[in-house]
Amino acid sequence: ISQQRGNVTMKFLREQVTSICPGMTSVLSPCDVTTATSHCVCVCVMSYCWCVTVLYWVCDPQMIARGKNASDLFPAVVKNVACKNIEVKKLVYVYLVRYAEEQQDLALLSISTFQRGLKDPNQLIRASALRVLSSIRVTIIVPIMMLAIKEAASDMSPYVRKTAAHAIPKLYSLDPEQKDCLIEVIEKLLADKTTLVAGSVVMAFEEVCPERIDLIHKNYRKLCNLLIDVEEWGQVVIINMLTRYARTQFLNPNMNEDKEEKEKKKTEATAIVKRKPYVMDPDHRLLLRNTKPLLQSRNAAVVMAVAQLYFHLAPKAEVGVIAKALVRLMRSHSEVQYVVLQNVATMSIKRRGMFEPYLKSFYIRSTDPTQIKVLKLEVLTNLANETNISTILREFQTYIKSNDKDFVAATIQAIGRCATNIGEVRDTCLNGLVQLLSNRDELVVAESVVVIKKLLQMQPEQHSDIIKHMAKLTDNIQVPMARASILWLIGEYCEHVPKIAPDVLRKMAKTFTNEEDIVKLQIINLAAKLYLTNSKQTKLLTQYVLNLAKYDQNYDIRDRARFIRQLIVPTDKSGALSKYAKKLFLALKPAPVLESPFKDRDHFQLGSLSHLLNAKAGGYQVLPDWPEAAPDPSVRNVEVKESVRAVETVTARDRGPLGPSSGEDVKKSEKKSKPRIGSSESESEEDNDSESESSESEEEESEEESEEETKKKKKVGNERLENTPCLAVHAVFTQPPPLPVSVPQTIIPSGNLKTYELLHRITGEGLSVEYCFSRQPFSPDPHMVAVKIQFTNSATSEAKSLHVEDAKLQSGMRIKEFPEIGQSTFHNRIPLLITVSVVMGIDFSCSLMFFVSIQPPVGELMMPIFMTENEFKKEQGEHRNQCMEIKQYGPHFDCHAVVQRVTTAANLSRVPCGSDKECRFAGKTVTSGSLVLVSVVTKEDGAAQLTVNCEKMVIGTMLVKDILQALTQ
Amino acid sequence: MQLPAKMIHSLFLVNSSGDIFLEKHWKSVVSRSVCDYFFEAQERASEPENVPPVIPTPHHYLISVLRHRIYFVAVIQSEVPPLFVIEFLHRVVDTFQDYFGVCTEAAIKDNVVVVYELLEEMLDNGFPLATESNILKELIKPPTILRTVVNTITGSTNVGEQLPTGQLSVVPWRRTGVKYTNNEAYFDVVEEIDAIIDKSGSTITAEIQGVIDACVKLTGMPDLTLSFMNPRLLDDVSFHPCVRFKRWEAERILSFIPPDGNFRLLSYHVSCQNLVAIPVYVKHNITFREGSSQGRFELTLGPKQTMGKGLEAVLISSQLPRGVLNTNLNPSQGTYNFDPVTKLLSWDVGKINPQKLPSLKGSMSLQAGASKPDENPTINIQFKIQQSALSGLKVNRLDMYGEKYKPFKGIKYMTKAGKFQVLPAGTGLGFKKIIQYKYRTKHTSLQEGLNTT
Repeated sequence: ISQQRGNVTMKFLREQVTSICPGMTSVLSPCDVTTATSHCVCVCVMSYCWCVTVLYWVCDPQMIARGKNASDLFPAVVKNVACKNIEVKKLVYVYLVRYAEEQQDLALLSISTFQRGLKDPNQLIRASALRVLSSIRVTIIVPIMMLAIKEAASDMSPYVRKTAAHAIPKLYSLDPEQKDCLIEVIEKLLADKTTLVAGSVVMAFEEVCPERIDLIHKNYRKLCNLLIDVEEWGQVVIINMLTRYARTQFLNPNMNEDKEEKEKKKTEATAIVKRKPYVMDPDHRLLLRNTKPLLQSRNAAVVMAVAQLYFHLAPKAEVGVIAKALVRLMRSHSEVQYVVLQNVATMSIKRRGMFEPYLKSFYIRSTDPTQIKVLKLEVLTNLANETNISTILREFQTYIKSNDKDFVAATIQAIGRCATNIGEVRDTCLNGLVQLLSNRDELVVAESVVVIKKLLQMQPEQHSDIIKHMAKLTDNIQVPMARASILWLIGEYCEHVPKIAPDVLRKMAKTFTNEEDIVKLQIINLAAKLYLTNSKQTKLLTQYVLNLAKYDQNYDIRDRARFIRQLIVPTDKSGALSKYAKKLFLALKPAPVLESPFKDRDHFQLGSLSHLLNAKAGGYQVLPDWPEAAPDPSVRNVEVKESVRAVETVTARDRGPLGPSSGEDVKKSEKKSKPRIGSSESESEEDNDSESESSESEEEESEEESEEETKKKKKVGNERLENTPCLAVHAVFTQPPPLPVSVPQTIIPSGNLKTYELLHRITGEGLSVEYCFSRQPFSPDPHMVAVKIQFTNSATSEAKSLHVEDAKLQSGMRIKEFPEIGQSTFHNRIPLLITVSVVMGIDFSCSLMFFVSIQPPVGELMMPIFMTENEFKKEQGEHRNQCMEIKQYGPHFDCHAVVQRVTTAANLSRVPCGSDKECRFAGKTVTSGSLVLVSVVTKEDGAAQLTVNCEKMVIGTMLVKDILQALTQ
Repeated sequence: MQLPAKMIHSLFLVNSSGDIFLEKHWKSVVSRSVCDYFFEAQERASEPENVPPVIPTPHHYLISVLRHRIYFVAVIQSEVPPLFVIEFLHRVVDTFQDYFGVCTEAAIKDNVVVVYELLEEMLDNGFPLATESNILKELIKPPTILRTVVNTITGSTNVGEQLPTGQLSVVPWRRTGVKYTNNEAYFDVVEEIDAIIDKSGSTITAEIQGVIDACVKLTGMPDLTLSFMNPRLLDDVSFHPCVRFKRWEAERILSFIPPDGNFRLLSYHVSCQNLVAIPVYVKHNITFREGSSQGRFELTLGPKQTMGKGLEAVLISSQLPRGVLNTNLNPSQGTYNFDPVTKLLSWDVGKINPQKLPSLKGSMSLQAGASKPDENPTINIQFKIQQSALSGLKVNRLDMYGEKYKPFKGIKYMTKAGKFQVLPAGTGLGFKKIIQYKYRTKHTSLQEGLNTT
């Protein structure tokens, strides 16, 4: 090619190249230029793409594979490290990292460039310098790397800190002796509060010091709260690490159930273990709650990580949530399906119920690859039970007709397993399998024989006709395993087929020398058994077979023949054993248990490589067993450095659970000078110290305000912009963990909300319950009134599983209970709905029961409606039922005060009105929808007239009383 | 011993003829002979997709994915979640596709420099670093014909001159400083229906897999909300990381700052049987007679529950039994093709006219003397329905906040057949039937016994 372009002289090339990257010139000396390069030179001569191509040529591993080691170009290439062009620079980096190990001395030439880069004002240059420096595998620069990593770990830029975290495992693999120093750096970086760093540092932790679980304690809550904002690859690493952590720090949530099972097995009535009620650590709950939204990640690895976390850590009742997500993953690429199905197969053995609703998702398509088909079959078999077996068997029938013979064989095995597990269908399955014996495909027949053999072992007496039928097959079937199975079956049950067995032996003796080894062994077996039961007919045959076996090529067969001859044929020298020959050969043998190959695979952490291979892979961290007693949970408490700080509750990405902290609680714990909880540093701009100082009664309002503010800001931009350094409320919950109080509503309701006490703090042993009527429409049922219940826990222990128990309702009342608190996710708003009143029990961890009742004022039973003045007058004319006059003197009695007082007392809306002497309100009852009209007319003498119109006499009367009280207060 | 090397060690790209055409090492070099274990597994597998995704070898583990007839084989040395590697490899393929339009051996070889640059940025020491397409595009510009020409002349490069800021931004999936003269946002609702239908036409399973793919070309930092007429359909969804999950939980509105360019906003799944309308029906009758060398083939199909939209690009394919030598069929429309080697019958029907239903009738010639094939073929159907999402999902409105200009908005619906199969007439295994076996004690009859049952 270069000859064709004769005008392209070497000199011209050299000039071109020299102007761009000076170091490359030497490569161009004619002796170095191979055909490959000269080709590149000509094609790319006009630009310095040439350099790029040459660099790729030298970096390209394929060149090395062809024996063209490019390492002799090292000095020439490395000189370009200072090149200004970014692409050239990057390529030099690639080259450097690749060949530095071979050219250690020369590699040192470039180090100073990187050291300069580490001090660059641009964070991206600092980061990339560290990235390359740490990738150079030259032992001599270990101290330089160590220093660089340490410095970068306290860099201003989180991006550089992330790079430092990435550099840690590189240095560790280069020089494991640096471990202690590196752990210090890891410890420091673990305390980092940015999402950018979190994933990388946990990865470094897992590679360098996965055993140092103590480093995690202080960062546990932070990691949980940051999780949602970490990039997806980091999420996987963090979730896997936290699974291990949780296994060492928390108690088994299924402890009691597991124990019960064990006790049942023992059946020792005396040894009743004193069982403590299980209380889930709030940190354990925090982990479960914060990982749950990640089940909707687009990244299959993240979904799988959360699924395994739930499988290993969640209480039995909650594991079910992962099934849907896993089933969704099955529609992904076939490789993803393969891994997910392996895990589903393991899970479906332990928690079958979880996948039963998704049975149809595991149906097999003819287009599935065989390995997927076999795995789906495995899952279907695991899911089979008395109720769905008929559907599953119908599916299996269609599978048997498939073209894919491996898959058909697997289906036959699966039918066998269903038959052993579910007694009711055993006969049906057996009949179906026997039909398959006449199949044209030999492999199908062979597989059926093997499976039938296993099934027959369970109840041989009833099936002698099938044994007979199988005896016939020995003439045709050639698959050794099937032949061996038939022979074993006939030998074992020779008493059921006394006439055929000797005949089969006769035929086998004829073909003995041509049989496979396993078949030969079974022929010897059959001969021995027949000799013992029916020596008259078979003595000679047995002798013949044993003689043949004596001279067989295989020593196993020769051994077996010798052994059996000694055992069964009585001679004068025969030992004591021959007396027992019959017992030895014809002992009752237990039926084989057909088990899933996935049984007990869950001792490997699910989703791991080791689980997939069912063998421990290098570097696998064993998932520890739950501890007997929980280690001290206070290790996870984090000291608050500054005085009182209120904690902003909105996480950076709004996926985190919302729940405001109770300023009161923080204050209280301060007074008691207990170890402070909460995050040490809240970078949130919305820190609001006044919030914590606000009194208890004002708390809700102030929260509402702050929420309003946040909302306004959110409208403008992305939440991430504003709340990036995030802190969630859960960091606050430790000893004593307060329960979340109710969360502000989105719309400020009309009138002031009045809070009523449901349970006093002293009566409730630290738990106080208040309720108010939020005046919001209750979305699940428009005929119900929303009651907001507010729990405040000031006790020393955690309050758990708060729920409504046995609500005693008067007839006609209904209640929509709020979901249990402390069991599933934190529910911020507790919509409790009643029509008139409700009695509610609150269940505590200490099993105390408090009976409380909610008595709603009549004014809360209605909802405001909007109407015009004319409509109001018209309606008022129609219902003239209730009328009451009051006289009131007072200076404060103006229109505004009336509106305020009436709306406080009753959930009504104001009707626009021309005169300021008269105030009108309208509403309707929530349950029945009957109209409620109220008007207050101020008279000139200072007296006022209150008129209430309502169809319902009782409500009208009571409302008059309430409003009167409110006005005259 | 603690093995320090974790995550992805090396990557080999293997084409369908078993050649390694690209390799990349992130740590020390692993000899390509490690792939021999992969080739062994490949030989053992009957079909290309039957190669196990995870292959253990004495010192390494090979995790592979097959896309566009290229195997991407990752070499790892120790414990790592297999899905982590698989998901990453798929992300690599997606990135190549995004950059080069197609992900073929030729495209990769043509763009080998960009490929190396991408792989270098995507993994650091075997751990994923930058996988978001927007960030990668800031680091390395995708090649275009124009740019290649310009680069050759002016000597500029594919590598961005500006250092990327995306990784530092608060919206890590969106590149900064986006500018367009025409601001447009297009959303494609694409649904694929997977179904298994039995001979009688009743549905065994049916489910819809839907995705909303977006192509957003908007200036600045737009904040979009997308609402649906019937969001209740979407109960099984997964989102692009940009979607604000809590807003969805509370209001069933998708609120997000979109990445620039093409991305998959969400994927969903409708499995509830009664929500899945089956848009096509097939009547078929394929019979072989014992002893005869002829078989009959009849197939008619027609639309059903298509909500007034026409069925287009209908393609029928079926794997006929091995015994079939050739076919003599007569299609009422379109063209059919039978490959005597692979025994694959395919019929390109095209558009279905509801007044004149397409049919394919005729005979098949069987191998003389061979026994009647014992399996009946399954029929696979492909089709498209434009302007309609089968689940009935409808986008209500799209609003944009945060920017002043008025964007052009577009939404498109489409339904496709995914794995849509019609099962053959079931001869049945007859689990329910109880069969009595009579055994004739005559020794000579052992042989005959087989055929009588």
